[in-house]
Amino acid sequence: MNDYADLPRRLADAITTRTAISPDADELTVSRAYELQDELISLLGRAPVAAKLGLTSVAKQQQMNVDEPAYGWLLQGSHVEVGNELACGELIQPRVEPEIAFLMGRDLEGPDVTATDVLRATEAVLPAIDVLDSRYAGYWFTLPAVVADNVSSARYAVGNPVPLSQIDLRLVGCVFEVDGRLVATAAGAAILDHPAAAVAWFVRALALRGRRLEAGTLVLAGAMTAAVPVSPGQVVRATIDRIGSVELRCGP
Amino acid sequence: MTNHESIAEVLHHAMRTRQPIAPLTSPESSSSLDVDDAYQIQQEMVRLILDADGGRPIGYKLGLTSKPMQEMLGVDQPDYAPVLSSMVFPDGHTVDLDRYIQPRVEAEIALVLGEDLTGPGVTPMQAWRAVDGAVAAIEMVDSRIQDWKIGLVDTISDLASSAATILASRVVPLDGWDPRLTGMVVSRNGRVADSGAGAAALGDPVGAVAWLANTLAPYGVTLEAGWFVMTGALHRAFPVEAGDVVRADFDRLGSVTVHFTRGQS
Repeated sequence: MNDYADLPRRLADAITTRTAISPDADELTVSRAYELQDELISLLGRAPVAAKLGLTSVAKQQQMNVDEPAYGWLLQGSHVEVGNELACGELIQPRVEPEIAFLMGRDLEGPDVTATDVLRATEAVLPAIDVLDSRYAGYWFTLPAVVADNVSSARYAVGNPVPLSQIDLRLVGCVFEVDGRLVATAAGAAILDHPAAAVAWFVRALALRGRRLEAGTLVLAGAMTAAVPVSPGQVVRATIDRIGSVELRCGP
Repeated sequence: MTNHESIAEVLHHAMRTRQPIAPLTSPESSSSLDVDDAYQIQQEMVRLILDADGGRPIGYKLGLTSKPMQEMLGVDQPDYAPVLSSMVFPDGHTVDLDRYIQPRVEAEIALVLGEDLTGPGVTPMQAWRAVDGAVAAIEMVDSRIQDWKIGLVDTISDLASSAATILASRVVPLDGWDPRLTGMVVSRNGRVADSGAGAAALGDPVGAVAWLANTLAPYGVTLEAGWFVMTGALHRAFPVEAGDVVRADFDRLGSVTVHFTRGQS
């Protein structure tokens, strides 16, 4: 059986040369794909600075014919600081999604962690824009293939942290705009029925590999709407009710 | 009987017999109805329903408030129709699907007016001041046109595809919060079906009320204190079946629920 040992190198080359590859990983399993993800990250030589979840909406899971989300890592250099532009020219085919990010206040680990545990361990939540960049041509991939590709991790921007008290993350509204025009709306339940449920899934998935979610980690909990392609000159804005907004200017 | 009256009779008959009709403006038909004709047909239809069922107008509904719906019908504006008291039901109501043709549901924010609002020139700020508060609502739409093959003239004539409005009772003042950002989760039989936020309704539910007041002004219509405006769907409408329970949960407004059955009335 093919172990796809060369896939991390091909993906790393795709990132450095900004050239998409074909997925070509029909026999890849999800558990093997997470090993390949680790190899890709060590090949790139950049430390993880935040976690990100993907495939967290039922619609997207049905579209991809999978029944579980996926996690990956945002690496050193992927945070677009306030006032900076997204350098589209460094990416292959960038797309953006509005998200809610969790800043963890305590370590969390174990196979039985629930959404309630996540809420108790959360120090703050932040409005976020996740910038995806699949290394597979046309975003055409299977669940294992996208896991190996670090869940299309590329860049991210966040707004200000806000304490969770009094916020029902299931019901908070999200308005997503590009160049001041409404692109989509949603509520928190678009993420696995509750964003904290997605983070709880993540902790349980880490437990399967003997890992834990550490205090201080930022977790982008998954898209609330469909991803939108962006190009230089565009301004993307995500506004989350009760939490705040974050804006991202796209440059060359 | 005028042409408009006879078309309204046909639509009303379709509504009462649950037998849908062909589109009014299909490429094969020779009719050349425009939007003005459609609103006149709608007025006739309102008169026929009031004559048959009693009741009175108690608000308005906006339709075609989302970009995808407008693009589908090739328009850049919403449409509207009066909401009649015989078609409004309380939270928890059970709808008998045998009384409808091909219903679909959509969750909306209803805004209740505390003062009269008369266009032209109504600004969103003035609309905000005239609004008493917001109410959680579900609209059930239905089309008297076969297979929902509607054009703009069809849906306007057909009472903007109105069928039933389910309203919660709590009126929440617009005090320190923004209806554009208010989130809504609609579930079907306990499973999340879709979600959205107020901005899905024309970018701003309060702005939608101002648009309606200004659009009705040339016809001498005032939005009256005590009336409510259904500001438009916050998600894609979906069909329902007997046995379904549909619930819309709104941040700050609470929830509204409707049950569906068949043949119980």
